[in-house]
Amino acid sequence: MQRPHIAVHKFSSCDGCQLAFLNAGEDLLELAQLVDIRHFLEAGIADEYAQVDIAFVEGSISTSEELTRIQRVRANSRFVVTLGACATAGGLQALRNLDDSNEAWKHAVYAQPEFIQTLDQAEPVSAHIEVDFELWGCPVNGQQVLAAVQQLLFGVTPLDPRDKVCMECKRQHAVCVMVTEGRPCMGPVTRTGCGALCPRFGRDCYACFGPAENLNTDAMSQRLQGLGLPPSDIARRFLFINSHAPAFHAAGRPFYREGFADD
Amino acid sequence: MDNSGILPRGALQSLLDALTDRGYRTIGPQVRDNAIQYLDLADVGQLPAGWTDDQAPGSYRLSRVESPRCFAWATGPQALKPYLFCSREVLWRAERDATGKLDFSTSQTNGAPVAIIGARACDLAALALQDRHFLGAIRDPYYDARRDTLFIVALHCAFPADTCFCASTGDGPRAKQGFDLALSELDEGFLVEVGTERGAAVAAQLPLQPSRPEQHRQAEQEIEEAAHQQFRQLPSRDLQSALFARLEHPRWDAVAARCLSCGNCTSVCPTCFCHAEQDVPALGGARTEHVREWDSCFSVGHSHLHGFVVRPETRHRYRQWLTHKLGSWHTQYGRSGCVGCGRCITWCPVGIDITEEATAITGDNWEPRGSA
Ligand code: SF4
Ligand code: SF4
Ligand code: SF4
Ligand code: SF4
Repeated sequence: MQRPHIAVHKFSSCDGCQLAFLNAGEDLLELAQLVDIRHFLEAGIADEYAQVDIAFVEGSISTSEELTRIQRVRANSRFVVTLGACATAGGLQALRNLDDSNEAWKHAVYAQPEFIQTLDQAEPVSAHIEVDFELWGCPVNGQQVLAAVQQLLFGVTPLDPRDKVCMECKRQHAVCVMVTEGRPCMGPVTRTGCGALCPRFGRDCYACFGPAENLNTDAMSQRLQGLGLPPSDIARRFLFINSHAPAFHAAGRPFYREGFADD
Repeated sequence: MDNSGILPRGALQSLLDALTDRGYRTIGPQVRDNAIQYLDLADVGQLPAGWTDDQAPGSYRLSRVESPRCFAWATGPQALKPYLFCSREVLWRAERDATGKLDFSTSQTNGAPVAIIGARACDLAALALQDRHFLGAIRDPYYDARRDTLFIVALHCAFPADTCFCASTGDGPRAKQGFDLALSELDEGFLVEVGTERGAAVAAQLPLQPSRPEQHRQAEQEIEEAAHQQFRQLPSRDLQSALFARLEHPRWDAVAARCLSCGNCTSVCPTCFCHAEQDVPALGGARTEHVREWDSCFSVGHSHLHGFVVRPETRHRYRQWLTHKLGSWHTQYGRSGCVGCGRCITWCPVGIDITEEATAITGDNWEPRGSA
């Protein structure tokens, strides 16, 4: 039987998710036996136009060139799987959508902004093409990526864990940093998948895996206010990594003032 | 119970040593990551001497006190449960050989037997309930193997937290059941009480001294005061029928508006036993592990049936937690599922208080609309 072909495409992103993939170490070597990797720039394999069974897409769509390219990826792939926060929910770049500040940023950052061709909005892949499966996280967790690949190879829909980070936090026997230190932990509204990484190291979750299922952002905001966070910090908590995810956008937007300023 | 005498404070290490000599892995309370946790304990110097806790709904803080005592605090985030009902464990493995034949094997459960130092009354009552669940009609071999060899040194509780209500559930603060040895901590040492023959054998090895009547009076008085200090309580009426008569009470919506549906309450609850199981195949599909992990009635998977979710919203999930814990447990296990440890109150990130919710829902004369 012919080995399934896969590709990893990069759009507007930091490459961290591709690195999480590469860091899978031995598992990646085993994966290379099971599939034929046709395109994966970080791994030094280049064939952008390859027809594949599974295409992983890292990064948001933020230029017109990317807009054309993502259509082609869709046309050349049986399954399209987004890899990480940028591809799934716009990522950090999408912060510029909050107050339509694309032009302002371009002029503030670049010496010759006329050469920079960006779309007004940086958007998730799903805003432009049909996506078959989404992997969240900034970056994704290598094990989670491999598990999804394995399930696709079995021919089943991958598991989509949507519980809160708190559930895993307790399974890992991390001590709750919100209850013991009053830290503004976003675990109660954030999707599991990272292994409760931040609380295990005594830090508060900053919601990099995006919204969990059945989340209560009103109660969360109230709790953050109770902990003494000013509106700009509440806006940051929800909008930092996944501002384009509808539930986080709706929760953070009312607290947001241009530039995350306080009133 | 047999009172054996007093173990002078300076001789406490002899208890750990006696247990270690018998092959036990000794577990006891220690301060780590801003909380008192039950961890491997080799030296009594690791015990939280001079520490106390301050607990409130959604809040837990440690602080120092001038006291020689090692147990001047109430229950922390967990105690016995994780050592018997593991938060995640492999139940069995399957492997496919070159011919495609599947080979199944169960995972090993024979680690060193565990001895726990300082289990409280609430935790022992909870353990008895977990026993009823895991060692009932269908025995769970994984739990059974660990339970069978568990050695328990209980501690009569003299320092309840503001969130504790074990006196109202009848489960504490005195440890009444299920221990091999029980201790009462006094400034000068530990009164030792024997609960089992195993416990007596260990006690016989300790440098115990005769205790005086006033030491026993002092210990009794501290336990009594611990009961009187508790101001939270569950309503004393029949909660099972009261709760099930109020399935449409508006308070369910009110609590759902505050609840994060995060499952922290069920994870810290020492009697909650719900779990999920899944297969975790290795890449290539030649091997797979069948894994069991803690689940919660606050998760979507808990009520997922083929094609639909029975409890999609938080009010359904909170109602499941309360009506099961305080209601249908009576039918299932012959008593309420709450032992009054207060953990679900302290460790709820938004401080939802089970005693307050139960009182609000069952305490009035609310009737379903249209029934009058
Ligand atoms: S530390 Fe954060 S993720 Fe962990 S239980 Fe507390 S709120 Fe939830
Ligand atoms: S704890 Fe939160 S911020 Fe940290 S890695 Fe996990 S999801 Fe991301
Ligand atoms: S319901 Fe709450 S107070 Fe009762 S045993 Fe469970 S955690 Fe403790
Ligand atoms: S009652 Fe508290 S701990 Fe339990 S699910 Fe709701 S918010 Fe979480």
